[in-house]
Amino acid sequence: MSKYFKQLLLSSLCLLFSTSVVFAESIVIKGSTTVLPIAQATLEAYMKANPGVNISLSGGGSGDGIKALIDKSTDIANSSREIKDKEVELAKSKGVNPVATIVAIDAITPIVNPKNKVRNLTIDQLSQIYQGKIKNWKEVGGDDLQIVVISRDSSSGTFEAWAEMVLNKAKVAPTAQLQASNGAIVQAISKNRYAIGYIGLGYLNKSVKPLTVNGVQASAKTAISKEYPVARPLYMYTNGQPAGGVEKFIKFVLSPAGQKLVAKEGFVPLAGTKEKSKKGKK
Amino acid sequence: MTRSFREIIIKNIFAFFAFLSVLLLGLIVIFLFREGIPLFQQISVFKFIFGSAWYPTYDPPEYGIWPLIVGSLVVTLFACLIAVPLGVLSAIYISEIAPASVKEILKSVIELLAGLPSVVLGFFGMVIVAPWLQETFDLPTGLNIINASVMLAIMAIPTISSISEDALYAVPREFKEASYALGATKFETIIKIIMPAALSGISTAVILGMARAIGETMVVLMVAGGAAAIPESIFDSVRPMPASIAAEMGEAPFGSGHYHALFATGIVLFFVTLAFNLIADYISNKFKEVGSGTL
Repeated sequence: MSKYFKQLLLSSLCLLFSTSVVFAESIVIKGSTTVLPIAQATLEAYMKANPGVNISLSGGGSGDGIKALIDKSTDIANSSREIKDKEVELAKSKGVNPVATIVAIDAITPIVNPKNKVRNLTIDQLSQIYQGKIKNWKEVGGDDLQIVVISRDSSSGTFEAWAEMVLNKAKVAPTAQLQASNGAIVQAISKNRYAIGYIGLGYLNKSVKPLTVNGVQASAKTAISKEYPVARPLYMYTNGQPAGGVEKFIKFVLSPAGQKLVAKEGFVPLAGTKEKSKKGKK
Repeated sequence: MTRSFREIIIKNIFAFFAFLSVLLLGLIVIFLFREGIPLFQQISVFKFIFGSAWYPTYDPPEYGIWPLIVGSLVVTLFACLIAVPLGVLSAIYISEIAPASVKEILKSVIELLAGLPSVVLGFFGMVIVAPWLQETFDLPTGLNIINASVMLAIMAIPTISSISEDALYAVPREFKEASYALGATKFETIIKIIMPAALSGISTAVILGMARAIGETMVVLMVAGGAAAIPESIFDSVRPMPASIAAEMGEAPFGSGHYHALFATGIVLFFVTLAFNLIADYISNKFKEVGSGTL
C-alpha cells in the first residue's frame, strides 16, 4: 500500500513540476521593507489575474536588494533610496545596468491632536522634539504642556524614513513611546492632546491634525513636486529596461489598478505625474 | 491481532503523543538558542542584559535590554499587587462562602474572563482606559505602567483564582469540622485553618499568574506605551520584553544583529518564566500537605 502511495506522490510531484516548467514565469523581487507592502499587494493581485506567474518576494533592505540585483540573483530590486554611485560602478563592472522606475511616493506627515494649537513645525524643531531636546509645546508656540513623543518601532520603513529625513540619523529619545502601526499612532494621537506622532500620508483621517512642515502641507501634489520635505520616491530597479514578465509586472504596478493598491497601502500614488520612469545614473 | 499486541500499540501511541509535546518544546528551545546566541559574538551577555540603551537599528547598534527587563518586571509586579488580592479573595468566596447557585455563576464568569482574547483587552485599555486615566489624573499619557498593570491583572485573575480555588477545595473536610468543633467562627476557620492548609497551592497559583503576566504580549504592546527607558513614576510608559519582540521582529532583517538580539531577548524571557515555573514547582512540593491534606 505504501508503495502505491509513494508512486502516487511521485507522479503528482512530477506533474506539478512539469506544469510549472511549461507555464510558470518566475520573477524574484528583493529589497526595501518600505516598498515591501506595495510589492506584496500588487503581486498578489497580479498573480491572481495571471495564474501561472510565480513571483517570490523578500525584504532585507534597499542595500540588500541592490546587492542582489548586481549579483543577478533578483529580477527587481526594491529601494527606498536612489542607487549610490559606488553601487552603479560595481554593477557596470559586472555587466549590470541598473534602471530605476519610480513606483510610488512615500510622504510622512507629523500629526497632533486636533485640540493642539500648533500648526507648523520646522524640520529642525521636529528633530529636536524627537531627540528629546524640546520637551514642552510652549517652546514651539503651543500651550504649556509636556510633549509626548510617539514613534514607530525602529525596524519599520516609516521610522526609517523619518529617521533619515527628519532626524538625519540622530537618535530618538528613549522616552519616546512606541506604536507598532500607523493605525495605532492615529488612535493614540486622537485621544491625547499632549502627543505628537508621524504617519504615512495614506493613514491620515479627521481624528487627527496634520502639521505643516516648513510651512508646506503634506499632500500628493506637494510630495511629488518635492516642495514637501518629508517625502521620497520609492523605486524598483531592474537590470536594463524592464522586459518580458518583469516589464508586465512593473506596468501593472504603474497602472491605475496597481496605483490604487499603492494608495491603499498608505503611499502616495503617482497619478498626475508624467515622470513615471527615470533612467539610472550614468 | 492478539490482545496484548493491541495493548502495546495503544501504549506506544499514547507515549508518542506525550513525548511529542516534549519534543516540540525541545525543538523550540533549540531554535530559540540557535537564533539568539550569535548575538553574543558581538556584545557580552553582561552588556546585553544591563546595557541601558536599546538602539538596534542605528549604526553602530546598541543592544541593551535593561530598560525592557525593568519594564517587564514593573508591570508584572503591579499586576500582581492588583490580581493577587482579587484572585485569592474571590477564590475564598467561591469555595467557602458563596451559596451553590452564586458559586456556579461566579466560577463560569471567571472562566470566561480567562477566555477573553488579549487583543480585545488591549484595545479596551487603549481606547477606554487610557483616555480616562489621562483625563482623570491629568497625565501626559494614558498608555503607562498603571494601565498595563490593570489589564495584565485582569488576565492573571482567572489563573490565580481557579488554581487557588482548587487548592482551597482540596483542604479536607475534617480540618474544617475540627475547627468548628473547637468553637471557631467561619472567619477564623478560613483565616487560620483553610488558608494555611492551602498556602502552597495558593502560592503556586500566584506564581503561575505572574508567569502569565510577564509573558503576555498583546496587552503590553498596546497599552504600555513602549518607551524603552527606565521609568521614573508609575505613570511613565515602559516597553516590556514581549512588546519589543512583537513590534520589531516583523521587520528586523533576517540574520541581522537586531534579529539575533530579539531572539536573545526571548531567551531572557524564557529563563524568567522558567524560573517562575520552577519556583512554583518547588513551593508546591516543599510545602505539600501530607496525608489527607494532599492537593
